[in-house]
Amino acid sequence: MNKIFALAGVVIKELYRRKDFYVLFVLTALITVGAGMANFFHDDKIVRYVKDLCLLLIWVSALVIAIVTTSRQIPAEREARTIFPLLAKPVSRGQVIVGKFLGCWLATGVALLVFYVFFAIIIGSKEQHWPVLIYLQAAWMQWLMLAIVIGMVLLGSIYFAAPSSTSTISFVVVVGILLLGGHLNVIALQQPEPMQTLLAVIYYGMPHLEWYDLRDFVVYNLGSASLLATLLATLYAALWTGIFLFLAWLGFHRKSLTT
Amino acid sequence: MNYVAVRQGFFFNIARFQSAQPARPCVAIMSTILKTEKLRVEYRSREFRQAAKVALNALDLEVHAGEVFGFLGPNGAGKTTTMNVLLGFVPPSGGTASLFGIDVREPIARQRIGYLPELTYYYKFLTAEELLRFYAKIFGIARREAEQRIAALLKLVELEHAARRPIKSYSKGMQQRVGLAQALINNPDLLILDEPTSGLDPLGRMKVREIIQRLKNEGKTVFFSSHELGEVETVCDRVAIVHQGELKAVGSVAEISAGHDNLEKAFLKIVGFQTASPT
Repeated sequence: MNKIFALAGVVIKELYRRKDFYVLFVLTALITVGAGMANFFHDDKIVRYVKDLCLLLIWVSALVIAIVTTSRQIPAEREARTIFPLLAKPVSRGQVIVGKFLGCWLATGVALLVFYVFFAIIIGSKEQHWPVLIYLQAAWMQWLMLAIVIGMVLLGSIYFAAPSSTSTISFVVVVGILLLGGHLNVIALQQPEPMQTLLAVIYYGMPHLEWYDLRDFVVYNLGSASLLATLLATLYAALWTGIFLFLAWLGFHRKSLTT
Repeated sequence: MNYVAVRQGFFFNIARFQSAQPARPCVAIMSTILKTEKLRVEYRSREFRQAAKVALNALDLEVHAGEVFGFLGPNGAGKTTTMNVLLGFVPPSGGTASLFGIDVREPIARQRIGYLPELTYYYKFLTAEELLRFYAKIFGIARREAEQRIAALLKLVELEHAARRPIKSYSKGMQQRVGLAQALINNPDLLILDEPTSGLDPLGRMKVREIIQRLKNEGKTVFFSSHELGEVETVCDRVAIVHQGELKAVGSVAEISAGHDNLEKAFLKIVGFQTASPT
């Protein structure tokens, strides 16, 4: 386990020594603070729009950090050839995969925490209301969703050599799932065969990332989701992450790496 | 301090560092440290209907404890492929390879080896201290011992002053010294060196030869590939010559060179190179 944490530590160090996170955080902060200061049409419910905008920016920023960071892990190790001194040590490729996953997940978790603390301060100062439980639940669910995304991107990075291809394909897939995932079964019913069956298979066979989106709960102060639902969502995320990491290991453990 | 003095101080430190390390009693004299049996590696072609390329064919090799073993061959002979198999980068298509009696496919086989690649490949956003700490964790070295070794190694390679600077700010020479430090972090019993003198100036080459000799005196086993036959002749106890993926000769330098003026001429004869006859 120490080896996995050591590998994860390097990923986290890389993230905070690069500029990506800071740029995204500053952008999110500027846009949110700017929107919060505006008072369009003297609307008393302006705070809802600010919440909506801020949460959207947090979602986009967290996805960008997770996908971009993860997609370059293995390819960058191969391109910079740092993988060779690493694998010449007593570390298995499975440990490398898990260490990279853990590093990316913890790094995005830290980023998410910073984003949500900023969000809570901005919104709390406007609403004078601090629903900490729902913020924690929303952040936890988003972090679980990111675990699935990171696992998926790590799998893609084993097969696509260029980080840009992995990032692009991952963005398309993730955004596709988030926008259409919940409606695919309804769309399937309106299609002729064999499209109907195909869409139904995709609907039941894909990870439902949209289930982890609690933004409406936060924006409209709907309270928190049930503990059972959170627990089931946690198990579902663990299952999908495990599947992706196992497939990534299958692809990586026998791969020839020539110096 | 001039260049030569810096280099001399650096390599003097290496001798002091190694003699300060506790000796491992478990390496018996003449025990086999590295072994390959009928080792075969094929690279499948991505082209349709193209035959697989045989990079290594039935390679039998044994390296014993405490010897300096030179691994020779022209470009494309299979030296790098052999090293890639030994280090677990490439799975063998057939046969077996082991380090300390453990199959190289097991990560634990690499617990007692140090590897110095031909060029420096390290995380440039880390400092030398962080890099060594990271590798120490990978080897499972206890924190207190790791800190002591890191301090000693940084002193050894004369990087104390730059220990907390990112590696990306280092000169090429400093990066090579980080490479040496990381190869010694676990006080290895077997050092695998991939063309260790490639790209070094004559003084640097001479000093690398000194290091190899000192490692041998410490009871370490050194396995290295090289194109520098003069250097191999000077430091190696035994050599192996591979050509076109097959082992062509193995033995002491004297045995290989017998009947020839020197190792270079023997090497050229073994790999089938025809020298131009005088007109």
